[in-house]
Amino acid sequence: MNAIATIAGREIRDGLRNRWALGAVLLMAGLALTLAFLGSAPTGVVGASPLEVTVVSLSSLTIFLVPLIALLLSHDAIVGERDRGTMLLLLSYPLSRWQILVGKFLGHLSILAVATVLGYGAAGAALTLAAGEFDADSLRSFAWMVGSSVLLGAVFVALGYLISATVRERATAAGLAVGIWLLLVLLYDMALLGLLVSDQGRTISAAAFNWLLLLDPADIFRLLNLAGLSETSVFAGMAGLAEQMQFGRAVLLTALATWVAVPLALAAFVFSRKEP
Amino acid sequence: MTMSPTIFMEGVSKRYGETYVVRDVDLSVAPGECVAIVGHNGAGKSTLVKMALGLLTPTAGRITLLGENPAGRQAMAFRRRIGFLPENVAFSPAMTGREVLRFYARLKQVPVAITDQLLERVGLAAAARRRVGTYSKGMRQRLGLAQALLGEPRVLFLDEPTTGLDIESRQMFYGVMAELRDAGATLLLSSHALSDIEQADRIAIMKAGRMVACGALPELRRQADLPLRIRVHVVNGNAAREFTARRSVQWLDDLRFELTCADDGKVEAIRSVSLLEGVSDIEMMPPTLVDLCDELTREAAE
Repeated sequence: MNAIATIAGREIRDGLRNRWALGAVLLMAGLALTLAFLGSAPTGVVGASPLEVTVVSLSSLTIFLVPLIALLLSHDAIVGERDRGTMLLLLSYPLSRWQILVGKFLGHLSILAVATVLGYGAAGAALTLAAGEFDADSLRSFAWMVGSSVLLGAVFVALGYLISATVRERATAAGLAVGIWLLLVLLYDMALLGLLVSDQGRTISAAAFNWLLLLDPADIFRLLNLAGLSETSVFAGMAGLAEQMQFGRAVLLTALATWVAVPLALAAFVFSRKEP
Repeated sequence: MTMSPTIFMEGVSKRYGETYVVRDVDLSVAPGECVAIVGHNGAGKSTLVKMALGLLTPTAGRITLLGENPAGRQAMAFRRRIGFLPENVAFSPAMTGREVLRFYARLKQVPVAITDQLLERVGLAAAARRRVGTYSKGMRQRLGLAQALLGEPRVLFLDEPTTGLDIESRQMFYGVMAELRDAGATLLLSSHALSDIEQADRIAIMKAGRMVACGALPELRRQADLPLRIRVHVVNGNAAREFTARRSVQWLDDLRFELTCADDGKVEAIRSVSLLEGVSDIEMMPPTLVDLCDELTREAAE
């Protein structure tokens, strides 16, 4: 346990030192504030809570930005240490490889969580100052959105480790990280859409479609935040989907947690097998 | 009754595909002994060290470290008493020297209070609060030594410890090594440098994965039985001509000649040379370590 905390502490310190954490916070806060104020401008007409609208726009931001930051942090974690020559020494110390991996995971996730909470929190606080108090429902959905963003980040940190443990070259890891990002954030949805259009509802039932959505962590996140709330889903244009949603929040959270656990376990397995 | 060896290897091989990196190596290092592994780049020195540490598993053979399998589950417990300085040691460049050493101290469960003493001992006290990224090669190597010393190790593995170091740093390394040996620690080092090897009780010569010879330096010299050269300077060449006509010598120029003789014939050779008229200087040139390695490697191949 002690060893894990020591490794996590070093990752956090490293992140703070090389301005990684600062950069992530500023990026998240900057984009979140922009979206919050651009997005809340027309809500007076619709009559929706500006915070609810911000949840919708920030969710879309999360889907693109959080996986990217998570992969940038994690893809180099193992292959980079091997390459720099720091891994060999670490492995000669009295700690096992899964402890190294879990320690790094906790460290990187902390950086990501702090960046998300500070960045989105800044946007939320600014909206509160500008528009006054919000009702409890809006605040709850905002908190859910921030929490599930961190969980989505955890998924991509774990995927980044799996890449980092498997490949031999840092450049390969970077390339694969970009590929995973493109696939899960953009291409999978496009492919799914193409499939639905060409299928015309003949073979793919609504239930099958829901299951297909669980195969992409970004879609799980989308369902969790955009379709999960009755009010939000109207603004998000996901009301139609929400009506056919067969999974509750617990199922979606479990699916997302599985997306963390499986790549992380695989990364630990690959890492323990590799010779230094 | 001999004590059980600290490091023990029997028939150890490491093979990648069809190529052997280490082949059929036997080595036993007694407690408190210092053994140097010598060989060209790619001779298998680092691989051997990694296997002894349990970082690589041998394809064949048996290794014990402090009586245990170094790659086994129980290895975690005794790794606290093992120091390792890898070849080209590296650290996170954004951390200061002090932070790096404290990090490793926590991992080894050593009180962090002693890290400042260790930095002092390796001569890094003044640079302790600077980032490792600003360190020179020698300073990084000193920091590497400091982390290897954490936890009063019983066994130390030093992989090319003094490569790229200046004379002062080397002397510091040798001082620390001598202290460690006085404290009863076992040392296994790999090196190219003759000055490193002189610190060792025994030398193991490796060539293409095989251990071609192992013994104390004088013993290896005897085994190789290489001739040594004696270089004689004279003030006047003519006086020595009569002597040199009787023996096979090689004149380097008008005032210098060299003669070669077997190791056991050197006293006789020096006596006869020193009786010559006009001799101003006599240089003894024992075979170099490179000569020795090449000769022993050649003998092993035959």
